[in-house]
Amino acid sequence: MVDLTVNSRQYAVDAEPDTPLLFVLRDTLGLSGTKYGCGIGQCGACTILLDGQATRSCQIPLESVGTQAVTTIEAIERDSVGARVVATWIGIEVPQCGYCQSGQVMAATGLLKNTPKPTEDDIAAAMTNLCRCGTYNAIAAAVRQAAA
Amino acid sequence: MNDLSPPLPLAGGREPIRNLSRRGFLGAATGALVLGVHLGPDPAAAQERAEGAAAIAPKPGTRVAAFLEMRPDGTVRLLSPFVEGGQGINTGLAQTIGEEFDLDPARFAVECAPPGPDYAVVNGLRMTGGSFSTRSSYAAMRRLGATAREMMLRAAAAKLGVAQDQLTSDDGRVIHAASGRSLGYGELAAAALALPPRDDVPLKDPKTFRWIGKPVARLDMHEKSTGRAVYAIDITVDGMLHAAVLHAPHLGTEPQAVANESDIRAMPGIHSVHRLPGAVAVIADSWWRARKGAEALQVSWTNPAADGVATVSKTFSSAAMLAALKGSTEPGIPAEQEGDVAAAFAGAAKIVEAEYDAPYLAHAQLEPPSAVARFEADGTLDLWLPNQMPELFQQVAAGVAGLQPMQVRIHSPMLGGFFGRHFSYGPANPFPQAILLAKATGRPVRVLWSREEEFGMDAVRPLSFARFRAALGSDGMPVALQTTAVGEGPIGRWFGALFKSPVDSSVVEGLDKKPYAIPNRRLDYVKVPHPVTIAFWRSVGHSMNDFFYESFLDEIAQAGAKDPFALRMTLLKDSPRHRTLLQAVADLSGGWKRGPFEAADGTRRARGVSMASPFGSETATIAEVSLKDGEARVHDLWIAIDPGSVVNPAIVKRQVESAAALGLSSTLLEQVVYEGGQRQARNFDTYPILDRERMPRVHVTIVESGAPMGGIGEPGLPGVPPAVVNAVAALTGRRVRSLPLANTRLSDA
Repeated sequence: MVDLTVNSRQYAVDAEPDTPLLFVLRDTLGLSGTKYGCGIGQCGACTILLDGQATRSCQIPLESVGTQAVTTIEAIERDSVGARVVATWIGIEVPQCGYCQSGQVMAATGLLKNTPKPTEDDIAAAMTNLCRCGTYNAIAAAVRQAAA
Repeated sequence: MNDLSPPLPLAGGREPIRNLSRRGFLGAATGALVLGVHLGPDPAAAQERAEGAAAIAPKPGTRVAAFLEMRPDGTVRLLSPFVEGGQGINTGLAQTIGEEFDLDPARFAVECAPPGPDYAVVNGLRMTGGSFSTRSSYAAMRRLGATAREMMLRAAAAKLGVAQDQLTSDDGRVIHAASGRSLGYGELAAAALALPPRDDVPLKDPKTFRWIGKPVARLDMHEKSTGRAVYAIDITVDGMLHAAVLHAPHLGTEPQAVANESDIRAMPGIHSVHRLPGAVAVIADSWWRARKGAEALQVSWTNPAADGVATVSKTFSSAAMLAALKGSTEPGIPAEQEGDVAAAFAGAAKIVEAEYDAPYLAHAQLEPPSAVARFEADGTLDLWLPNQMPELFQQVAAGVAGLQPMQVRIHSPMLGGFFGRHFSYGPANPFPQAILLAKATGRPVRVLWSREEEFGMDAVRPLSFARFRAALGSDGMPVALQTTAVGEGPIGRWFGALFKSPVDSSVVEGLDKKPYAIPNRRLDYVKVPHPVTIAFWRSVGHSMNDFFYESFLDEIAQAGAKDPFALRMTLLKDSPRHRTLLQAVADLSGGWKRGPFEAADGTRRARGVSMASPFGSETATIAEVSLKDGEARVHDLWIAIDPGSVVNPAIVKRQVESAAALGLSSTLLEQVVYEGGQRQARNFDTYPILDRERMPRVHVTIVESGAPMGGIGEPGLPGVPPAVVNAVAALTGRRVRSLPLANTRLSDA
């Protein structure tokens, strides 16, 4: 059993220590808002916050989480920055198919929590998740607006 | 998919689509229209309703109860013929029906309907594809809304004891102004749906539209911004097992033995190991455990053929396939003929020739494919799966399960991107595996393909090749064009038995039916089959053919010493619609200028222009490009689209931008490469797709010419590759005739 804190709740998880956090969230805890896209840290669909830092959960073995607080998309509106990001995402109508957008919202929230007034370079460095629908311009517009 | 438009005379038969039942797809009504009154909320009941009472074949799109379920809180559940995958169809349908029904689109909860003849609204067929959804259903959905509203008014008249013409409606309520009384649609639904529908209810004057034609807010933004949207990959059912799959390294080979099965079975959480057609599956209590097992499998496979391109042989490669297409010497069959080509060439002042090719492409939708299969105690099957064609999947699933189609309930969740990925493609779909494994284990099973398995098994946009030859007159204008398209397309592969045309429209679309006044033309189609699983891919044949044609048109312009924009304007002399559109994109970009020119940031840039006529719409595109480190950098795309008329201009603009992004991705980066009979790229690290850094600004203008409504989901794509490559030619003096540009190192002229 591995202890885990997700969205301020304690869990004891029965899984191998090398299980990626992504699959613990989705399949063990039933938090399916975090998405599996590539499994190799390329696409960012699985982005969560680990102690407030945007992190690709497919690259985080369960054993390395320790006492770090995990925040997933399910709790994002309970965070004031996250709620603002979501409201902007809705206002600008960013999503198309929506599959990558949990990760995009988490990446944007992670950025703005740490860098409330990001430069264009900050945005480019933080918002690297892939979107097959090509919503990149809307994403950038939403991040700028949420930061304003 | 462009040529589904004629009414489809469907008959019984064997091959993929011919398996579809007549009842499922025939639009002709023989019996009376029957209105169901069952208003139960569960999909199973809806399915039963659609298939039971409606088995006498209602006219598709007419039976109100098959589409609308009023809820007591004044909202409505809409069972949609289409599946939402980002294109915005749920919102567009709510606008279209809501307009005539008089209900705010925001009050609609839309889901994809189960199989049933009511939903065959695409010329008697049901599918989400070919950019058909809105244009094929618009008239029927307006009428459905109007019919439903009239039934509400009639029911209210009876209930209130007043004349029907004393009643009006306002956003889900029927109002009797004289007495100040009103009734909500929810209160009236049971009585209204028991009434016989009228088929002569007048539609609204478009001038009075409240929602159609307006940028109404999309319905699914909150759930998609908070992780609440449910895709197939998120479906769980009680007692479900998880399966991971290892496919044969060569398509068409079969597993022989698993050397370490007992070791695999001893791994944590492993339930069992199964041999499948062309694959081995490991089942466990979690997908990660199943996947670890699948990765550890030591399987011996049957041998592929030693060589050749007739099968995916040991030496099959995309390069060998392209060589086979290029080496074809068959004359082909004519797809289009006009004038006297031979005479025009005989008298030509100049002849221009070129060959173009484009690679296999993966869909690379972000949601890896999955399916959940559950057999019920009565032997029937529930199946949750991503799909663009529920009735077809129902038929195929029934065949796999050994059931009748009516014993298979298809559930169609939202799609995490599709772009043509989710048609029935034989070995490229996981659902047959889920059915076989559920049957074998006696438990519900979810099969999920890892990204690596998906890149290995995805059905691909066909590698394509075309040969052009143009005759120019002494004035430098083209007088004849001879085109040969070589290969195989998804229409011929998957729907050939249905359409029966000797010419595969998905191989020639984009090369035919051009608006340009070139008096003598001949287009031939040469069939050379691919051994790999081929697919529809956003904009299908247009995805490569418009690149071929519009690039070659620039070569014609160069040979005739014409400006490419001016040449197009001249060749469009007979089509005011196209001239208007071409001018619109020039105006949007601040006036046509080809360059090269120096931009404000000091970079040297050039622009390219193209036109396309995809899926009933027309587009004109301009791209601005510079070079950096030997690669093309696209700064701006300007796209003018004329779809005739639109339901939601905001959705249209975003769809055009989305399609343009995919078009640019294919122009710059994408190719599925086979070597030694195996696909080389297995994830996004080796199959790069457009990222944020490469995303240009996209400027879209909509021209509503009033022509018959065209498609939206795909038309933004085909103009992008030629506009970009034409700009590259202007910048470098070099004509690139093979995509992607990543294969060519570019340098300034």
